[in-house]
Amino acid sequence: MSHRLDTGGRLIDRAQKLEFTFNGKRLQGYAGDTLASALMGAGQVLLGRSFKYHRPRGLVASGAEEPNALFGLGEGPRFEPNQRATTTELFAGAKLASQNHWPSLEYDIGAVNNAFARFLTAGFYYKMFIHPRAFWKHVYEPFIRRTAGLGRAPDPETVDADRYEQLYAFADVLVIGGGIAGLAAARAAADAGNRVILCEQAAHWGGRAPVDGVEIDGKGAGDWVEAQLAALRALPNVTLLNRTQGVGVHDHGYVLACQRLADHEPGADKPRQRLWRIRAARIVTATGAIERPLSFAGNDIPGVMLASAMRDYLVNWAVVPGKRVVVVTNNDDAYRSAIALHDAGVTIPAIIDARPDSDGALAQAARARGIRIAAGSAIRKVKGGKRVSGVELCAQDSAGAATAEHIECDAVAMSGGFSPVVHLFSHCGGKLIWDEAGGFFRPDPARPPLGHDGQGFVIAAGSANGAMAASDVLVDAHAAGLSAAGAKETPAPQAKAEPEAPMAPVWMMPARAEYDLRMKMWLDPQNDVKVSDVQLAAREGYESVEHTKRYTTLGMATDQGKISNINGLAILADSLDRPIPQVGTTTFRPPYTPLTMGTIAGEAKGPLFQPLRRTPLYDWHEAHGADWEPVGQWRRPYCFRRAGESRHDAVMREVRQTRESLGLLDASTLGKILVKGPDAARFMDMLYTNMMSTLKPGRCRYGLMCNENGFLMDDGVVARLSEDAFLCHTTSGGADHVHGWMEDWLQCEWWDWKVHTVNLTEQFAQIAIVGPYARKVLEKLGSDIDLGREALPFMEWHEGTLAGMPARIFRISFSGELSYEVAVPAGHGLALWQKLVEAGAEFGVMPYGTEALHIMRAEKGFIMIGDETDGTVIPQDLGLNWAISKKKDDFLGKRGMERTAMVASDRWKLVGLETLDGSVLPHAALAPAEGVNANGQRNTQGRVTSSYHSPTLGKGIALALVARGPERMGEVIEFQGDGGKMVPARIVETCFYDKAGEKQNV
Amino acid sequence: MLILTCPCCGVSAEETEFSNGGEAHLKRFGPGSSDDDFESYMFNRKNPRGVHFERWRHAYGCGKWFIAARCTVTLEVFATYPAQTTEPPADVVKKIKARRSEWEGFA
Amino acid sequence: MSEPVSALGGAQYAGMVELAEAGPRGMITVRGDLALPALASAVKKITGAAMPARRQASTGAKGAVAWMSPDELLLFVDYAAAAPSVAALEAALAGEFVTIADVSDARAVLTLKGSQACDVLAKICPVDFADLPVGGIRRSRAAQIAAAIWREEQDEYTVICFRSHARYMWDMLSQLARPGGEVGLYR
Repeated sequence: MSHRLDTGGRLIDRAQKLEFTFNGKRLQGYAGDTLASALMGAGQVLLGRSFKYHRPRGLVASGAEEPNALFGLGEGPRFEPNQRATTTELFAGAKLASQNHWPSLEYDIGAVNNAFARFLTAGFYYKMFIHPRAFWKHVYEPFIRRTAGLGRAPDPETVDADRYEQLYAFADVLVIGGGIAGLAAARAAADAGNRVILCEQAAHWGGRAPVDGVEIDGKGAGDWVEAQLAALRALPNVTLLNRTQGVGVHDHGYVLACQRLADHEPGADKPRQRLWRIRAARIVTATGAIERPLSFAGNDIPGVMLASAMRDYLVNWAVVPGKRVVVVTNNDDAYRSAIALHDAGVTIPAIIDARPDSDGALAQAARARGIRIAAGSAIRKVKGGKRVSGVELCAQDSAGAATAEHIECDAVAMSGGFSPVVHLFSHCGGKLIWDEAGGFFRPDPARPPLGHDGQGFVIAAGSANGAMAASDVLVDAHAAGLSAAGAKETPAPQAKAEPEAPMAPVWMMPARAEYDLRMKMWLDPQNDVKVSDVQLAAREGYESVEHTKRYTTLGMATDQGKISNINGLAILADSLDRPIPQVGTTTFRPPYTPLTMGTIAGEAKGPLFQPLRRTPLYDWHEAHGADWEPVGQWRRPYCFRRAGESRHDAVMREVRQTRESLGLLDASTLGKILVKGPDAARFMDMLYTNMMSTLKPGRCRYGLMCNENGFLMDDGVVARLSEDAFLCHTTSGGADHVHGWMEDWLQCEWWDWKVHTVNLTEQFAQIAIVGPYARKVLEKLGSDIDLGREALPFMEWHEGTLAGMPARIFRISFSGELSYEVAVPAGHGLALWQKLVEAGAEFGVMPYGTEALHIMRAEKGFIMIGDETDGTVIPQDLGLNWAISKKKDDFLGKRGMERTAMVASDRWKLVGLETLDGSVLPHAALAPAEGVNANGQRNTQGRVTSSYHSPTLGKGIALALVARGPERMGEVIEFQGDGGKMVPARIVETCFYDKAGEKQNV
Repeated sequence: MLILTCPCCGVSAEETEFSNGGEAHLKRFGPGSSDDDFESYMFNRKNPRGVHFERWRHAYGCGKWFIAARCTVTLEVFATYPAQTTEPPADVVKKIKARRSEWEGFA
Repeated sequence: MSEPVSALGGAQYAGMVELAEAGPRGMITVRGDLALPALASAVKKITGAAMPARRQASTGAKGAVAWMSPDELLLFVDYAAAAPSVAALEAALAGEFVTIADVSDARAVLTLKGSQACDVLAKICPVDFADLPVGGIRRSRAAQIAAAIWREEQDEYTVICFRSHARYMWDMLSQLARPGGEVGLYR
């Protein structure tokens, strides 16, 4: 059984006991534990089930590379699946649940898959579930969906209880990794005066050197690390971030790093995580190296772990995986683990070394302790089910047909050598080279990712760069730090070099293992991919490593194959009889470890999910029953509901009251752009299809704006303020775009024209006063402007004061009623509105919303951008030829409108529709036509663009685009109604109400 | 995510401050132009692998349009310059030549 | 005449920084050739401030003036002084190709004070505040909206955004300035 030793553990505080539960079982650990060390210390070896075969799984590693120990952590609004036990710090009251099993971890029905493992090879799902076709949708897919997926998604009814944030930071040199390499590199760069950020994934600094007992500059590694930290903390140009995982390197030195602020103290009143968005001129990746497993049969049984991880658990947390540990290796580093475990009182029955002989310094040290070394040997097979019970040995240079020896043990420490963590170097295009001696890929310093200046911006340092011995690590990292800083040479820290015998590449154990052994050799324990699967893929023609990855799912689990990739591609290379560098690696993509959605969203959730734009009257609307509608980022009242009233009732009431008496509309969201300068009139003539240069100061004109395709883009009333100034009203959603459009033409095409634009949209609150009593209510407020019919006629504007406020009054109408739009400075908007409400009380004044606005404009046949237009409609389609100047040589869109398709006689054009039964047509309803198109779909001859119940007319009205519509007045055509019912409607003129315009001209 | 330097206000900022406006140095063809010229102006783009000139607006900053000369393969930014020109200025062309000797020049 | 109402009614919050809405402020946009001598003297007359250098703001006895773009200034004066200042500018610059607009009501002005002001702003702005000197103004992005950030003193910032975004900006800054969110990046 794994257990905690009575003494030792450099990271734990035995005075602080922490209780936690695992699948409901109460367990205990210490402050400083990870979930993994606490579980191990509590004797918990079986931690979960595998994804495909539901095989029992235990801890393999001690860091971010861990494939198995993933848990559902927490509950309710703080539940999160797939939390990695090796990198999650223990906290009091932690609730862990294992994954991938039913009904329980010990007895899992899904384990039946394991019995059929022989048939569940790579590509099984592709091959099996293809026939019969109909089964996919109704049988296979529902079944696979139920059983697929790692962990359980949080309850959709709960909302994440935590807050998250992001932070933009800048550095000359960003060092990722706080081991001795990172510290040395950071120190070198910081001493040269560079602004340095150093981040470390764990809570503690120093990485593995203190575990290995490295001596640096005459000090123990732990002391050296503390001294470096103290020196760095004292520098004002250095930011140290522990618990911060560098997750991705992106273009131009952009790095994402996730800082865990409250993961280890849930419920604390602080952000749970912070996503650092760092821009660095140079990045040093001091991300270390990851030990590779060895591929032998049964290497996935709980109790089989990486040898270096066992050493971590022993030294850092004083936990050991068992009482008798067999060590199996192809290199010298595993001997350090054997010696450390032996010295801690664990029995090491044998070190099984695949190399033919082993007598380096470390081997001699092991022998001196009486540890047996079985050179040239291999593990033929691990015995055991839910945990290791022993190993069978055979010669490494064999097929493993027979067992040479059986050794009883309760854990196996394996080491297949180390691979540099090259992910971050590679994320942004850094290339790798194969290091024959080390048997790994390492960053190619000649081909780093390139920055905006065309120079490499990532430098790998230490074991991430393939320098494996501590002495080499420090020299390499110091040089990397200097190079990143562009600094002159200074002396590097020195570590005592411990000689190691060379490793021997061993990709399979035994070397010529037969099939039954190969199909029990796990490469990727999380996705259940075995040596035999990769070999099968190669036989079936998957020669590209990228294809093999996708076919077998090797390295596609949440750990992204940190321990499995190199072994997998070595097996593929062997199967294809090609050298490993020729097969290459799969592409490393960010993130290095998974990020939570909360971190990615940052502050942008709940009310801050996206910016809401509020008019100066927002609070008044809110207090008076506004039923909100989004219009771009604006919120506008759709209607104002009274108690007991439906939306429809409210809208009908608002239309009736406005037409009969008086309504108020908050039109503040309308775009208001000032166009001013000696060439303003000339510019306006280019911008609008209309002739704007002839507009007189004091007058208003409705104008259309098209893009260069000739398609209608925006519309609105233009007021000429003076000889050289125009105020352009735009649609609510279009103001920013139109302003940008104007600036584009002025800056990039007609840069010698003397025109300025200023977006004044938000300077003014604009209120539409609409209805037969509109003039009366304004006169009641008191104004120096004569509002009389002749003094301020339709389509004019005057400036003056209203109720003591500076105001522009536009006599314009989007409803067909007598109507004024009043613009006052936004800070006076609420006061004006309140005065209007007060003064209008005797007329029964009501605020109305966007839906009443829509109905009234549709009754008048006025178009709405976005309803009658969809980016393919030219003004001529909408019968707006009157607004297109024929006198102008040029305007934006003129050439586009001249194209053959735009002048075709069968274009769909705007008409009005009246249903024969008075019903309301569904929005966007289509009118079918005879025959089918090239795709076999029914032909159509028209489409509804706006459709409402008109309270004024007491029936359904609609606007529609219909083929040759205006030529077909009076014709009845059918539209598709709800539920497939056909609804006949008569084609009529677009204006349904007051065709002569008498109501607005009073 | 790119870093661009706005030549109008001098700020070096990340891409999110800017908005992209597509290929630069297009010649506008208006009324009276041939169908081919108009089609080319509206729709045909070079989309090169390598040296590329594109329009950017410092939308969250000074609001000015400018042109960036950059490599679409390595994302190297050779230069940025104000938009009030119909072709890349000579010093920009020289800078690009220095970095990409095989480049055939602006056409 | 009614008193003007600012977007947030002078809201205040104290957390990692002291956050406040400045209330109504007179603001005037000027577009034109910033090298015009007549412009410099008109601006000086109205604000008491000299023409600012690129990306700088300068302060005078009666107001301040900020460089917003190569052909744009933003003048700050008392709210009540805005309208007469516009008239004075127009008179002084008659005949020049210059555009003047009162934008006092179009924007919201927030202030952040305290040693952690940079850290709070760095949570939403992709800006290197080590590169923003006192007196500097930087137009950039604050989360999803546009903002102008003016460093008036070492630890005092004025943040200007569109009025309709004021509540969003306020909610965001006051959340990100909550105690517990300390960073320690800018020291």
